[in-house]
Amino acid sequence: MNEPRDPVDNPSRRGFVGAAAAAGAGLGVLALAPGLHLVEVSEANAPSAGASSKVRWGMLIDTNKCSSGCDACVKACASENGINETVRDPRQASQWIRKIELKEPRSGREHSLPMMCQHCAHPPCVDVCPTGASMKRADGIVLVDRHTCIGCRYCMLACPYKARSFVHLRLTEQNPEVPRGIGCVESCTFCVQRVDKGLKPACVEACPEGAMLFGDLKDPNSEIARRIAQEKTTQVRGDLRLDLGVRYQGI
Amino acid sequence: MAIMKRTLVGLAAILLLAPICATAGVPKPNLTIENPGQCIAPVQEMRVNHMKMLNHSRDRALRQGVRTEKANLIGCIDCHASKETGSVMGKGGFCEECHTYTAVKLDCWDCHQPKSARFRTGAAAAEGAKP
Repeated sequence: MNEPRDPVDNPSRRGFVGAAAAAGAGLGVLALAPGLHLVEVSEANAPSAGASSKVRWGMLIDTNKCSSGCDACVKACASENGINETVRDPRQASQWIRKIELKEPRSGREHSLPMMCQHCAHPPCVDVCPTGASMKRADGIVLVDRHTCIGCRYCMLACPYKARSFVHLRLTEQNPEVPRGIGCVESCTFCVQRVDKGLKPACVEACPEGAMLFGDLKDPNSEIARRIAQEKTTQVRGDLRLDLGVRYQGI
Repeated sequence: MAIMKRTLVGLAAILLLAPICATAGVPKPNLTIENPGQCIAPVQEMRVNHMKMLNHSRDRALRQGVRTEKANLIGCIDCHASKETGSVMGKGGFCEECHTYTAVKLDCWDCHQPKSARFRTGAAAAEGAKP
């Protein structure tokens, strides 16, 4: 028992770790193109690997195409996520996505747009959560862990976009893949159960005008990244510098 | 310390319950296993560890997006839902029977759907029934 107990002090182990790290670094050099490595591509695509920080999911909404009075996205969201309960007070209804009509008083120009969780890179809801239930996945999707949510609703106050709702009723008709229930806060999840299967969020798929575009903001070849690089897009309340995942055009 | 406490509580429970069991008798859970021999682990291991398995897999699924876990609640429900009610809850339900017997509160079903997708009715059923 004279050997050092702490494995970090063990020179042979340290040597082995060093060699392993060097071997790993060698693998990483297998580059397909500048900045694109074989290991990264396989990691991001493997379904078992889970959310990867090499991806950042985002959405681009073209308000010029979004028509006033259309709520296909809202209906698709409700159907996909099992938001089908009837609440007595409409102010208590769960609102993962809502349509907003804007009018500039001077010119009279009108906009219609869907508003939901903006999936901030620096989400205030995560900052204020006292239990760590409000969290951001490695791929940028902001979620509520209902297992730890105590329903204090601090995140609802912190969110600048009014994106979160609180469930007041006992629910029974949930979608099996989208658990939701009484006493927890909830918000748009970018349809994480679909995204993990390689599908697009329900609202994006349902939009009859093709006004919503979903994709990886970190992949320079994705359509969303190309359009954001080439066209003018707006982050709502960009002054807050939250680095939003949802961008708008035409407002 | 915790183990000692638990053992003491267990012993006390046995001592207290023994005479009651002998006379009145708490009905044993009456379980129907719909698909025998198909479980992800042996019965004894499932009885002792199912809650730990589910706790670990839920955290990985939610926080890391790893959805390939062997232990997942939808899988449990699909296999264990009663053929009559389509649910793991209610009288004779796979979860409810044992949890009532052992008096362990279940709060999974405050949020999760206890019915198998095959049996669901209502507005969201079509969505849930998709393969």
